[in-house]
Amino acid sequence: MLNKTLGLAIVASVAFAGQALARDQIRIVGSSTVFPFSTAVAEEFGTKGTFKTPVVESTGSGGGLKLFCAGVGTEHPDITNASRRIKVSEVEKCAAAGVTDITEVKIGFDGIVLANSKAAKPVELTKKQIFQALAKQVPVDGKLVDNPYQKWSDIDPSLPDTKIEVLGPPPTSGTRDAFVELAMEGGAKKFDTLKALRKSDKKAFKSVAHAIREDGAFIEAGENDNLIVQKLVANPAALGIFGFSFLDQNADRIQGGVVGGVEPTFENISKGDYGISRSLYFYVKGAHVGKVPGIEEFVAEFTSEDTFGEFGYLTDKGLIPLSEADRAKIRADATSMAKLKMM
Amino acid sequence: MTDTPNDPKASGWYGEKYSANLKKRHKSERLFRRLGLSAILIALGLLGILLFSIVGKGYTAFIQTYITLDITFSESVIDKDGTRDPVKMRSASYGNLVRDALRKEFPEVTQRRDLRALFGLVSKDATQQLRKMIAADPSLIGKTIPVRMLASDDVDMFEKGYISRDVVQDDRRVKDNELEWLDALQADGAISTHFNTRFFTGGDSREPEMAGIWGAMVGSFYTLIVTFLISFPIGVMSAIYLEEFAPKNKLTDIIEVNINNLAAVPSIVFGLLGLAIFLNVAHLPRSAPLVGGMTLALMTLPTIIIASRAAIRAVPDSIRQAALGLGASPQQAAFHHILPLAMPGILTGTIIGLSQALGETAPLLMIGMVAFIADIPGGVFDPATVMPVQIFLWADSPERAFVEKTSGAIMVLLGFLIFMNAIAVVLRKKFERRW
Repeated sequence: MLNKTLGLAIVASVAFAGQALARDQIRIVGSSTVFPFSTAVAEEFGTKGTFKTPVVESTGSGGGLKLFCAGVGTEHPDITNASRRIKVSEVEKCAAAGVTDITEVKIGFDGIVLANSKAAKPVELTKKQIFQALAKQVPVDGKLVDNPYQKWSDIDPSLPDTKIEVLGPPPTSGTRDAFVELAMEGGAKKFDTLKALRKSDKKAFKSVAHAIREDGAFIEAGENDNLIVQKLVANPAALGIFGFSFLDQNADRIQGGVVGGVEPTFENISKGDYGISRSLYFYVKGAHVGKVPGIEEFVAEFTSEDTFGEFGYLTDKGLIPLSEADRAKIRADATSMAKLKMM
Repeated sequence: MTDTPNDPKASGWYGEKYSANLKKRHKSERLFRRLGLSAILIALGLLGILLFSIVGKGYTAFIQTYITLDITFSESVIDKDGTRDPVKMRSASYGNLVRDALRKEFPEVTQRRDLRALFGLVSKDATQQLRKMIAADPSLIGKTIPVRMLASDDVDMFEKGYISRDVVQDDRRVKDNELEWLDALQADGAISTHFNTRFFTGGDSREPEMAGIWGAMVGSFYTLIVTFLISFPIGVMSAIYLEEFAPKNKLTDIIEVNINNLAAVPSIVFGLLGLAIFLNVAHLPRSAPLVGGMTLALMTLPTIIIASRAAIRAVPDSIRQAALGLGASPQQAAFHHILPLAMPGILTGTIIGLSQALGETAPLLMIGMVAFIADIPGGVFDPATVMPVQIFLWADSPERAFVEKTSGAIMVLLGFLIFMNAIAVVLRKKFERRW
């Protein structure tokens, strides 16, 4: 009796597992920055009724690409989101696992803002000042020393006479990566000594430019951007680093800082004037198109004008759209499943 | 004896040394009591603050703002050919019905940008709602009836007072013209608030006003069922074997130490184990409650084994001896006498282990259950998420309206935890035997 039930259970579970392998639902993994956009499209796609709502996992850009590149077959995801471009090393890893046919779709921009509470004065900084305020080591009189600046006015007398206190994401976050790459590195390049270092020893330059101070002026506030917003409201003296969509949603309580003379507004970011913005992507596994139903239709939905266009519903979610010409080109490439070319 | 001082207070129970000592002991007694009391007060105070902030933020999640509009189900939009073909009628643009109704209400709005804002007052859900109404009752076509539709999340936030009128227009999610329209609708009595049933019956959504926790609750249910079905029998059997049958030697000592160690292992480690075994080796589907339940069962097992062993050990030896003396085999003694008597303790331990599993997110991250899943799972193989994961995902969403949803979901989760722990207490009180 017991043997019989056990046997039945095993047969049943194998049958179910076999059934689950033939998937009728798109599976998406990847960046937590693209997650709000990807899920919005997934939901819209599902309510149209022809296909099931895709399952979207938030694994981070790197984690998503790792899963994506693990192989071809329905146990692997069909699409991965990324808040940065795929790396050459990742393309190679993909190819080694048989994932050769990849389509890249750029969906728009995301700005990273330095913001503070409305109760305080708006901030105006240059990338150089951001680097001076947050780097672990800064050049003073041509020599690298541990960051001596405690107050903003120590960096530049025109800045307020308040303690440097910046809340930001931890190193595991894609926002942090982009911030370090765009703002910190951009600021570091403004120093002649570091610029020279960059030419002679790129690695050494990066280790200086990417190191954020650990003496309490920069506070790691966790992955949750909402938390940073709440802390900023409670503490008007502090600055916070997070994605533009959170500024967009909380514009009555916090204000975005001007960086390099440009305000972080929708228009400035989409024109490319604002200095700390990055492109968002998703990647489609060509081998799964036609095997898992709905992938082509999902890509078409994502790249339709109603979705990622200037007045599409993703802009309501905080996505900053590409230019019209770019959109048309990307739509054409995406719907024809053009293969990824690394440049 | 004549040398002793006459004053009795100088020595013995009344001696100076003794009374000083007594004073000291009393003092330390009082200090300890005060420390204990203040520890409890601090804990209660913090619990109060937590509950207050969650309930204060979250109670509004249970009510939702609706807009009632006169919708004309015009035949030209829904069914151009008049064939009443359900497939064709399903693909009609029901958004037009809502837009027409809003246009009729506010004929002065003509600019594209303004119209967009105007149409944004009503949630996207209205389209679905009207589609369902027509599917259920095609005779509505051609009629005009008032329909109560969900308002968008910004309108809802405004009506609940989270968005202030006094802020400059640019910094407000609800702009001046939208305020005007809302005031006009309010004057017509078209705006109303009702109990948010959708919060308890709907799946996840990216639109805060449409989001519900039913999907996560069903996911949690399936996951916990799997966890229970695996961890309870294995846990209880191991406990019985280790307590009643296993020889006491080095090997069982090692096993015992390891079980105690496992109970203290961080839960993410079990997630990695689940990823390695259930997904990479056994090729079970990702994000499935089956895998989640199996992973959480690994985590719950040590708790159940330890609690069960304690409960079995608490059964007096005399009962064991009496059963054996009357000719029962050791197996009969264990299953007929000891296990039933130990059951209240075992169940208490199991429920505590399961409520721990109910609140767990870390191991589920590794096996793909931290995901956006809009459909309600229909079984243990369907992709699903669980309640704490839902809370985590909402807490991370930029939309302001998700703040109250997060707190609302936390309240529901706390309700479940209290319920489960109450069952544990009741079981213990009801079946506990004292010897």
